[in-house]
Amino acid sequence: MELFGQNAEFKLDVLREIGNIGAGNAATALSKLLDKRVNMQVPSVSVLPFEEIADRVGGAETVVVAVYVRVVGDAPGNMFFIMSLEQANRLLNVLLGMEDIKGPGYSDMELSTLCEIGNILGGSYLTSLADLTGMRLTPTVPSVAVDMAGAILGYGLLQFGTMGDDALLIDTVFFEGDRQAEGHFIFIPDPDAFPQLFRSLGVPME
Amino acid sequence: MNEVTVLKVGMADMKVAASGESLRTTGLGSCVGLVLYDEKRRIAGMAHIMLPSSSIARENRINPAKYADTAVPGLVELMKRAGADPGRLVAKMAGGAQMFHFAGEDVMRIGPRNVESVKEALEKLGIRLIAEDTGGNYGRTVEFDSRTGVLHIRSVQHGVKEI
Repeated sequence: MELFGQNAEFKLDVLREIGNIGAGNAATALSKLLDKRVNMQVPSVSVLPFEEIADRVGGAETVVVAVYVRVVGDAPGNMFFIMSLEQANRLLNVLLGMEDIKGPGYSDMELSTLCEIGNILGGSYLTSLADLTGMRLTPTVPSVAVDMAGAILGYGLLQFGTMGDDALLIDTVFFEGDRQAEGHFIFIPDPDAFPQLFRSLGVPME
Repeated sequence: MNEVTVLKVGMADMKVAASGESLRTTGLGSCVGLVLYDEKRRIAGMAHIMLPSSSIARENRINPAKYADTAVPGLVELMKRAGADPGRLVAKMAGGAQMFHFAGEDVMRIGPRNVESVKEALEKLGIRLIAEDTGGNYGRTVEFDSRTGVLHIRSVQHGVKEI
């Protein structure tokens, strides 16, 4: 798939920086929520066949907790905040002051807490991006699902689906303390969003 | 002797099982897993369909397995080549869920649209849909046994189901 034309490597670097700033801000927000240190890895930006995308979070059948936000505005796209069950359980126990919350069977209260976390994190990701680029980027109301990773991420690939059989994603892994439980911020800009995204940062499209 | 070979059908992919293998596709959300079956010859085909119509395609070379309107005739053709009788095919399908819900925004009603579109394409070719497990808001993994004609459906919340 021809997404970038010339200077593809440089453009991938730019996207990596976008992930770095967005996810960095979101990780800071998460750290404040938890009152704990949250670390993150250097974002990975890759164009992957649809089939391999769920492998990034453990495989198509791995059960994950995901908050999905559709991004609307100048550079529309799909954003996922994905956690392992273990990570989600820990997050809920800390935030709700409990000890025995265990998914995947979450109560409505727990689901709406997860949704709100996703809202805060997605919001901080996008705000930092909007500040950096001067673009108008708005998250829609978030929605949460506890399900197979393939079924969840498949939802974020539809816009790329009309263009080919692979998609570009900006994936940032974060983890808390001992690395036992990790999570992902995954931003999948729509294919049409790239020209605007690069233009806003002064990167020529050709 | 009883080892069954399982052919993996990827996203936007289709395959045919003609000598006792099973066909499997994982993590269907809004996508539809369609199975066509010639019971007499025990030939089965499976497609992992992602989008309702190839009219929205912007790619140079269309991948027929990806769109409902092209996947159905495409799969029939593959099965014909494997020795199936197109006049005898019946269909089963699963998937087409709505993974996330949003107030107002309906553009993403892609799961139900995929299901409708597959049904139209089947009807066009006179293929009878004999069983389906579609809709809902959850993901599914499906496996079709070409020897028995049974479609096994697994989901996180609802366990295992056979149609």
